[in-house]
Amino acid sequence: MKVLLSGNEAIARGAFEADVKIATAYPGTPSTEILETIAMEYKNIYSEWSPNEKVAFEVATGASMAGARCLVAMKHVGLNVAADPYMTFAYTGVKGGFIVISADDPSMHSSQNEQDNRFYAKFAQIPMLEPSDSQDGKDFVKIGLDISEEYDTPVMLRLVTRISHSKCAVEISDPISKETLGFERDIPKYVMVPGHARLRRKIVIERLERLKVLSDNTDLNRIEKGRSEVGIITAGISYQYAKEAFPDASYLKLGMPYPLPEKKIREFAKSVDRLFIVEELEPFIEEQIKAMGIECEGKKWFTNFGELSSSLVEEGFVKAGVLHKRTIEHTNPEELFPRPPVLCPGCPHRGVFSVLKKFKVPVTGDIGCYTLGALEPLSSIDSCVCMGASIGEAIGIAKAGGAEKGVVAAIGDSTFMHSGITGLLDASYNKANITVVILDNRTTAMTGGQNHPGTGTTLMGEQSFQVDLVKLCEACGVTDIHVVDAYKLDETREALKSSFEHQGPSVVITNRPCALMPRKIKEQPYTVISDACNGCKLCFRVGCPAIFASKELTKKGHPKALIDPVQCTGCSICAQVCPENAIVLDETAKVPVR
Amino acid sequence: MEKKDINILIVGVGGQGVLLASEILSLLAIEVGMDIKKSEVHGMSQRGGVVSSHVRIADKVYSPTLNFGEADVILSFEAAEALRALPWLKKGGTLITSHTRLVPPITTIGKYSYPDDPIAEIKKKNIDLKDTDADAIAKELGNPRLVNTILLGVLSNSLDIPEESWLDVVRKRVPPKFVDLNVEAFKRGRSLEFKAAGVEG
Repeated sequence: MKVLLSGNEAIARGAFEADVKIATAYPGTPSTEILETIAMEYKNIYSEWSPNEKVAFEVATGASMAGARCLVAMKHVGLNVAADPYMTFAYTGVKGGFIVISADDPSMHSSQNEQDNRFYAKFAQIPMLEPSDSQDGKDFVKIGLDISEEYDTPVMLRLVTRISHSKCAVEISDPISKETLGFERDIPKYVMVPGHARLRRKIVIERLERLKVLSDNTDLNRIEKGRSEVGIITAGISYQYAKEAFPDASYLKLGMPYPLPEKKIREFAKSVDRLFIVEELEPFIEEQIKAMGIECEGKKWFTNFGELSSSLVEEGFVKAGVLHKRTIEHTNPEELFPRPPVLCPGCPHRGVFSVLKKFKVPVTGDIGCYTLGALEPLSSIDSCVCMGASIGEAIGIAKAGGAEKGVVAAIGDSTFMHSGITGLLDASYNKANITVVILDNRTTAMTGGQNHPGTGTTLMGEQSFQVDLVKLCEACGVTDIHVVDAYKLDETREALKSSFEHQGPSVVITNRPCALMPRKIKEQPYTVISDACNGCKLCFRVGCPAIFASKELTKKGHPKALIDPVQCTGCSICAQVCPENAIVLDETAKVPVR
Repeated sequence: MEKKDINILIVGVGGQGVLLASEILSLLAIEVGMDIKKSEVHGMSQRGGVVSSHVRIADKVYSPTLNFGEADVILSFEAAEALRALPWLKKGGTLITSHTRLVPPITTIGKYSYPDDPIAEIKKKNIDLKDTDADAIAKELGNPRLVNTILLGVLSNSLDIPEESWLDVVRKRVPPKFVDLNVEAFKRGRSLEFKAAGVEG
């Protein structure tokens, strides 16, 4: 039977069909729906949101040691967080089959960088599979688990956004049944003290040689004979772009691009006049093939910047002189306003940033919806690098004497638990004069609202322990802690002011939930009394999508404000910044029934 | 049934139902035995940003994404987004758009402005335009969220697939409570007539 599945949904299906017992992850675009689908559709698999990717990886590692098939999923930068267990688990090897999924984001649709995680496979010397569509994605989970068990190695499944988030028809099968073998003591295999690690390192080197033989023999790496003038070696999504641009060339499609099938590549290279490598991002395959002493052309024609497309690949082949130029007529792009993502109407982050802007202190930022506080008109965040970075950066700025008036680290609840706690410990221990604002909206909002240890519910829908952030901060040694209502600007302002006066680390926790979670919060909307509005634009500066410039002008010719009652959630932030009291509750409006 | 390759670009703003519309279209293609790929970007784009979904239907589809000048049909839920999407339209292709205006907050701070009349701008380009006030029709039918189904109805005339097949998928994919309303909205969209000049008949 064929069903329409995204790459992520197909991988979840693959996990089900291959009898995966344990699946773990921390949410991150474009990987999030893998675990969401498993939890929703395949409830016989134990699934969890772990507090971060390192823990997720380690939970899966333990499950493998206990002989269960397992899968751990993360976005590309998540593997940086999990890199510590990842690099050494490559030494210990597995018992139950183990797949680590790295979902990369070329073009940085929702990421801070576009690192090419294929290098992680080579770095750890473990096999990597790369699907070209959802069908491959589903099939490769099972094939990967089989390889993992046969070769005693973790296996990487590398995705990109266009695989994760593209849908196509997938032929599904019935699940197989796989026994969980159980935990058995094996100290030399799993205890990586130097003496054991040296022995395992030798095994890693030998294993790689055996994997090279597999790579040469597996159907995952297949030759598709076409015209002999042009041969193309490609993998993953790039295969689709190349086939679209140059359907009648000869292909070596690599479903297993690490380790490379050297014999097959030599044989293929001999059969064609010119050899091209089409790959997105870095010249990962190209450099290795050149190191084999085989002549080939790649990044000379195809960019390493951002996603490829069939037209970019076609352009490359035209420049290389193997395709004729085609002209496709189209209109030129219009000069239009941009439509960047914005904080939602009623978002509890809006008030905090409009207050922070007035203090004119450095604000180190973190990863989440609140990073949008860096955009106009709020423009209140000065940095964003990686999960949890805000606190360490703030400590560094304070220690360097960069801010007499105060330094703020702005971090969300999920991000704080992911990797902010250790930063806060550092602030207490090393007496840093900073203010950590924990924007506690009780969800992982940016990725669509996932549970975490602060929400009281697990991924599988069970009620659970709910962390108490105040107690947690106290236990980290913080004595100056303020809990404020993010919809009350005065209260937020006072708490921040007091925290700047306090010597040593302070924490300000805002406690309004996300305006969208678990359902859209909607109170009585606000409205503008047109006669009272003087066109000062202060309400425009909170950047709310529900506030518009009216066509009605003041005597001085400034547009008055207008509120869309459908979008307005009644958070009242705009009313609080209005100096003329022109924004009031709309008593006549209907409140939607909840 | 005659099989026909078609590339469709669906555009709108986060929350307008772009993804549901492309999902319905894709399921339909599978039902009639065609190969289909669709691609879109989730994540940041949901926060009021532009949402676009590429849908490609053919005997065999490789790339899940379209390039400029490759869309046979553009289906737009928002007037300015229709204007923004124009370079994707194939020469001789059809642009279907709602008159809906969603003015983003970035235009209130004065740096940028929303075009006065995006539909008029599009008309200047001399393309096959099917524009309609889908919001007004949705309101008349009693639910503002029917805009995407009405537009799917308009789109259905561009594909060689019987009405009943469309309605089957619509019935399966919308909440049970709203099935009748959506069927009505689809039929309304499908029966709209457009003059060659792009003026609604």
